[in-house]
Amino acid sequence: MFEILEKERIGPGVNRAVISAPAIAEAHRPGQFIILRTTDNGERIPLTVADKNVEKGTITLVWQEVGSTTYYMGTMCVGEKFQDICGPLGAPTHIEKFGTVVGVGGGIGVAPLYPITKGMHDAGNNVISILGARTEGLLIMTEEMRKVSDELIISTDDGSYGFHGFVTQVLQGLIDRGQQIDLVVAIGPVPMMKAVVNVTRKANLPTVVSLNPIMVDGTGMCGACRVEVGGKTMFGCVDGPEFDGLQVDFDLLMKRLAMYKGQELIALNNFRDTPRGCQCTFPGGA
Amino acid sequence: MSDQQAKPAKKPKVPRQKMPEQDPIQRAHNFYEVALGYENDLALLEASRCLNCKKPSCMKGCPVEVDIPDFVSLVKAGDMIGAAWKIKEKNSLPRIAGRVCPQETQCEARCVVGAKGKNEPCAIGRLERYVADYAAIHGDGKLPEMPKATGLKVGIVGSGPAGLTLAGALIKKGVAVTVFEALHELGGVLVYGIPEFRLPKAIVRAEVDELRRMGVEFKTNWVIGRIETVDDLLEKRKYDGVFIGSGAGAPLFLKIPGENLNGVYSANEFLTRANLMKAYMFPQADTPVAKGRRVVVFGGGNVAMDSARTSLRLGAEEVTIVYRRTMEELPARSEEVHHAIEEGVKFELLSSPLEIIGNEQGWAVGIKLQKMQLGEPDASGRRRPVPIPGAFYEKECDTVIVSIGNAANPLVPSTTKNLETNKWGNIVADPETGKTPKDRVWAGGDIVTGAATVILAMGAGRKAALSMIDTFKI
Repeated sequence: MFEILEKERIGPGVNRAVISAPAIAEAHRPGQFIILRTTDNGERIPLTVADKNVEKGTITLVWQEVGSTTYYMGTMCVGEKFQDICGPLGAPTHIEKFGTVVGVGGGIGVAPLYPITKGMHDAGNNVISILGARTEGLLIMTEEMRKVSDELIISTDDGSYGFHGFVTQVLQGLIDRGQQIDLVVAIGPVPMMKAVVNVTRKANLPTVVSLNPIMVDGTGMCGACRVEVGGKTMFGCVDGPEFDGLQVDFDLLMKRLAMYKGQELIALNNFRDTPRGCQCTFPGGA
Repeated sequence: MSDQQAKPAKKPKVPRQKMPEQDPIQRAHNFYEVALGYENDLALLEASRCLNCKKPSCMKGCPVEVDIPDFVSLVKAGDMIGAAWKIKEKNSLPRIAGRVCPQETQCEARCVVGAKGKNEPCAIGRLERYVADYAAIHGDGKLPEMPKATGLKVGIVGSGPAGLTLAGALIKKGVAVTVFEALHELGGVLVYGIPEFRLPKAIVRAEVDELRRMGVEFKTNWVIGRIETVDDLLEKRKYDGVFIGSGAGAPLFLKIPGENLNGVYSANEFLTRANLMKAYMFPQADTPVAKGRRVVVFGGGNVAMDSARTSLRLGAEEVTIVYRRTMEELPARSEEVHHAIEEGVKFELLSSPLEIIGNEQGWAVGIKLQKMQLGEPDASGRRRPVPIPGAFYEKECDTVIVSIGNAANPLVPSTTKNLETNKWGNIVADPETGKTPKDRVWAGGDIVTGAATVILAMGAGRKAALSMIDTFKI
């Protein structure tokens, strides 16, 4: 179980892997996530499922190397197995025909946005997707997104591809052109989601965001993933991961995400001190 | 020497034999087991204190009705393995029960030796632990004779003490059993909650392995309510019965300002990081936990003691339990309180938290407390703590562990059709049989009773087993 069947690098520090997990593939709905452990001493990290194939019994994960676990995953290669993958977890996205749905994906956030976009598209919505990244090389899954979007707009902070600027400016442009928008779904770095909500609040647009708080069990048992929504404490893992963006306390989320910064650095250095080469890169490797 | 001692000395009364323990100063800095267990001579001496009563009241104090005088008689005869088998007839998990049962309020509270006044009761729990460990180490590892398969199959949701007990009872009756566990390791609260120094995980693993060898199937990383539902197990997978033993895992918070600051944990999270995720090995194990210098624990139960003692072992300089009543009312086992005090845990009594104070970066830096006094007894008979007007004070700390109990985790009840829950979200089930009003569904343990003890959950597993055996006419 949980064997890596395909793996590729799709950007600097960004990886995509197709993993054997038939039961999860079957049960998974857009918006849901999994929690994985790489090894027996590994931590439990949540990752949203980027795609799945029920016939082949696979799920697709996309991750950026930011900490010791994600770096370790970067060194895993085809044929290797994850110690554990638990899922699907979290409440699925509420999908119905809203009318026009605008999906805003920033950086790695495009991966979790993809199945939601696909679901919204299949439900008969007019889907406009806005994808953004710092620079062209960091854009991911644009072709997949194009297939499930009625309109696709790409922006880069440095202007190396598409619109020169932020996704929020593109969204503002849509609002300014009088585009009818019934729902906005925004997934990306916390500052981006916060900025999107600042735009949609003014325009009074319902906005769903998918949050990525630190988690441990992912079933509502520990409360590590506490977020404040509308002044109420909620658990990201079972009440979410999607919440009404207009009500989320993003500043608290950012502070909580920084809770283990010091230890994360220690863990990362520890990982670097004990390097683990991917066998694929060596002559004679698989 | 005087010659007045002419009378033949009366046979000296054997006192209750103490169990050797690690030195408190040493053990407060390691995760090895605190209690070291009896040696053979101590066990024989302690067993000799049992009166082998004709009408043993001790058994009535045991939620799983272990044949206590019978097993103690086998100890007296030196047949430790036989004694262990005697216990296992009623309790599949004696090494665990021998360590975490509150015997002082159960079997030992009813022991006639203790009831006669001056003497302390026979140390049944310590004997149980001794023989079960002895059998695990010196036994031949043989399994009990397994009956023919009945063709029946039962699904068990949750691998905690209720689920494991039921699994053990059913497999011995020829029922095929699958246990579904949400986490990556088996044992539920036995592995995520109870610390290594009270219950080594190797022991839980060994008990689980024995069930596996008997034929119990375990599925980890399998969250019932998400990957499939109880109704799926009944309808699609055609289980003849399903038992829900998903535990009380949904931590309660005080709902006071500052509870979402960094450095504030539920006891569940803190203990899960430290135990299940092995944060004490960080960075060799990947999961970190905030290493508090000054730790405050809210609550006075066993879990609060576990959290406080774990904090010490992680290197905290000062650990304080804040409790709104007095030492008399602490709900924790006296042994745990005693251990905590020995190890250096401080108690801030008659004190109730009002607020957690944070800094700019969002970290807890202190707490604001309200001084209390004891007023009139409440419904539970305990004197109710009431605030002393105007008596507020502050205390510095960098870590806060909230250990005020758990609510029912709604994941399973909310995804199962026609399952009744009470106003606290606990599943409604017959306390004698575990049967729920929903056809073919039983439930037991904390998900039914609210947070309670390991042995009560084992008792619920046993009752459900008897009810299933009766229902299925095995």
